[in-house]
Amino acid sequence: MPEPPVLPESSTIPALPALPEGRVLPVVTAPDPVLSADAPTVDATAGEVQQLCADLIATMKVSPGCVGLAAPQVGVSARAFCVDVSEHPKARTCHGLIVLVNAEVTAASRNEKAREGCMSVPDLTGDVKRGTRLTVTGQLPGSGERVEITTDAFEARALQHEIDHCAGFLFLDRVAGAHAIHSRKVYLPPG
Amino acid sequence: MHQLAITVLGHDRPGIIAQTAAALSDLGMNLEDSSMTLLRGHFAMTLVCSGEADAQAVESALFPLVDGSLDVSVRSLSGTDERVAPGVSSLLVSVHGGDRLGIVSRVAGVIGDAGGNITDLTTRLAGGLYVLAAEVDVPDGVDVDAFIAKLAQTGQVLGVDVRVQPLDRDEL
Repeated sequence: MPEPPVLPESSTIPALPALPEGRVLPVVTAPDPVLSADAPTVDATAGEVQQLCADLIATMKVSPGCVGLAAPQVGVSARAFCVDVSEHPKARTCHGLIVLVNAEVTAASRNEKAREGCMSVPDLTGDVKRGTRLTVTGQLPGSGERVEITTDAFEARALQHEIDHCAGFLFLDRVAGAHAIHSRKVYLPPG
Repeated sequence: MHQLAITVLGHDRPGIIAQTAAALSDLGMNLEDSSMTLLRGHFAMTLVCSGEADAQAVESALFPLVDGSLDVSVRSLSGTDERVAPGVSSLLVSVHGGDRLGIVSRVAGVIGDAGGNITDLTTRLAGGLYVLAAEVDVPDGVDVDAFIAKLAQTGQVLGVDVRVQPLDRDEL
């Protein structure tokens, strides 16, 4: 069994306030214009934002392999998302379930390239360079408390991918070159 | 010495590259640059090779590959085409949006009108989503901001998202 990740003291985040029961929402796919819109900041304490965050969590949890979901992906232009890379083999530091409103990247360094997929671009993947050391700030839904998260590796990639969604960017806007876009390979069974 | 361009196109199956490379190797042809991919599941390869065999000899050697589902063509290249333009900046143009006629034509038109040269291009149709990524060399002297603005304007007309970023190149 691998050792559980050890979190630096400074990177623990306050507990997520209780949220209403989440509903599973349909995920929209490109070229839906909501995915290209620069989403507005929202009131993290508003009831509808708490409901939206609960819905994002519920939708992420029922989607196989999904480690993050942003509000535009369920058709809502708002700066809110959830991420959970627990037990993902590429994760090092892991904060468990992260839900942030009005988040932004405050520091990113040590760029590395890796292949990303996205539920909103189901047929393609792309090679994207992103920081592997990352600090983001944002608000918790419900309390509106401002938090800062410092992380690395796959959790850093997932956070940047979701913050990009909130700004109207898909991984397709960040690919590393003309040959960095790939069709998902589906092999037909022999016969 | 002959420099030849070969294209192999058709139904994908295991062994196409092995057969092609073996035929070229048997003729003493040196395989230089090549690019192969699957385009909507179809095998597509272009390569340049050089050696003493002429186009006709290579075509004959590759003939066993040809059947109803796979086509091979060989043509002779003349002169050297290795051009390195002095003073260019390299940009990556990414486009995505709903599929419609004319995206590549309009975007490539804007690039060409500005004197930009597309050096690598990928397009993908995935469901109703059309994606284009082009690496573009823009000569010094071109107003890059105006070029980017023109691409953005074209994107608006087409109803697609256009992003332009400098191509990341780490010189070590």
